[in-house]
Amino acid sequence: MQDFAGAFSEALRLITVLDASLVEIVALSLRVSVAATVCAALIGLPIGALIAMGSFRGRGLLVVLINALMGLPPVVVGLVVYLMLSNAGPMGSFGLLYSPAAMIIAQTVLIAPIVAALARQTIEDLRQEYEEQLRALGVGPLRAVPTLLWDGRFSLITACLAGFGRAAAEVGAVIVVGGNIDHVTRVMTTTIALETSKGDLALALGLGMILLAIAIGVNALAMGLRATAARSAYA
Amino acid sequence: MQRVLDSGRLRGSTVLPIRGAGLVLERGGRRILDGIDIEVDGRGTLALMGPNGSGKSLLARTLAGLVAPSAGRVTWAGSAPDRRRATRIGFVFQRPVLLRRSALANVEYALAAAGVSRRERAEQARAALARARLGHLARAPARVLSGGEQQLLSIARALATAPDILVIDEPTANLDPSATRAIEGLIGEVRAEGMGVVLITHDPGQARRLADEVAFLYRGRIVERTQAARFLERPQSAQAQAFLRGEIVV
Repeated sequence: MQDFAGAFSEALRLITVLDASLVEIVALSLRVSVAATVCAALIGLPIGALIAMGSFRGRGLLVVLINALMGLPPVVVGLVVYLMLSNAGPMGSFGLLYSPAAMIIAQTVLIAPIVAALARQTIEDLRQEYEEQLRALGVGPLRAVPTLLWDGRFSLITACLAGFGRAAAEVGAVIVVGGNIDHVTRVMTTTIALETSKGDLALALGLGMILLAIAIGVNALAMGLRATAARSAYA
Repeated sequence: MQRVLDSGRLRGSTVLPIRGAGLVLERGGRRILDGIDIEVDGRGTLALMGPNGSGKSLLARTLAGLVAPSAGRVTWAGSAPDRRRATRIGFVFQRPVLLRRSALANVEYALAAAGVSRRERAEQARAALARARLGHLARAPARVLSGGEQQLLSIARALATAPDILVIDEPTANLDPSATRAIEGLIGEVRAEGMGVVLITHDPGQARRLADEVAFLYRGRIVERTQAARFLERPQSAQAQAFLRGEIVV
């Protein structure tokens, strides 16, 4: 029990003094997850919009597929990205394996379906509501897309935040493609796994507290956004 | 089957007269419009009246190019409906569909869709809101306005593009007398300025106050079309007589 108390107080100390190792790990984690979220938004939002606006053969199947991909197992994503980036893989020549770029790719693959699926639902709901009015104003499907994206912005930002939350908390994929290399690819989740197995609970606890704070912060931000939107009837 | 709002090249040109020839509309095995021939020349106010399910709203939507007929043909000034002329018809739905933006931005959006330059939009939108007595609510989010204000806003948005004709679907359904008076007042002003109006209504009193002509629909057909005063005093068809007596007509 005393060990836990000691580890806890050491964890707090690491946070309050902004320990260099801790800051480095947190900064890399945020850099990787933010980059992955931006990439996932750039991929997922247009895909979501395309499916929401389109009426093509196989659309229903695509919706089922995208929804199913929301629950992709991270280690499987890690394995697939590993195979793609390894020397023998089709992208092996880029030399990205065990780099932050590889981790960004893995997290993007993991969260792009989340962003796409939530965006599809948001845009489709809005399209059904607006469709006839936009047609009455002579607005065609292509021109309707930016309108729907703008009017659905609060829900779409929330979708991106959900993606960021999943990326920041993810460990399976990044440990496979990043390798958890000190000062290179060590992020919060992989460090927590490593330090816990080593019995160094202080750093693991400190990072755990920060990760938890980020998760709470992201959720609070999402809730705040929704509340702001609802107050102005923009939701 | 006729396509809905083909992309056209006639932005700004008129849509009048609007003609529907042999219009048939089938939904779920039910014939909702049953071979309707109609011409709307945009002179005065034409009220489409009839019991629920008689096809009034769908006829208006079909004429406005929002619904493709199963058979028959709609023409605007002699040619097929096209997207570029869509704002020449100011269409107001029974339940206002307002964008998740301010009242002003809703009107500006319609002006942008009609090709009005960014510089002119704000001024024209403010003028449209002022005309609907909504100037003081320009910055308010459209969807927090009252039911009557939302309907006035959707009329202001439809009028902002100076359409050839205003098509308005039961604009005062579920509204209180004060909101009804405001909306009827605005429609009356438009009518007095010479803009054509197609008004869908159940209410003989509203038809008496606003309409010059009435087309009475029953089971997807126009059974009677005549001057409003004549229709309201001496309806010819048995269905219209029953409807005006307040009997349940199905």
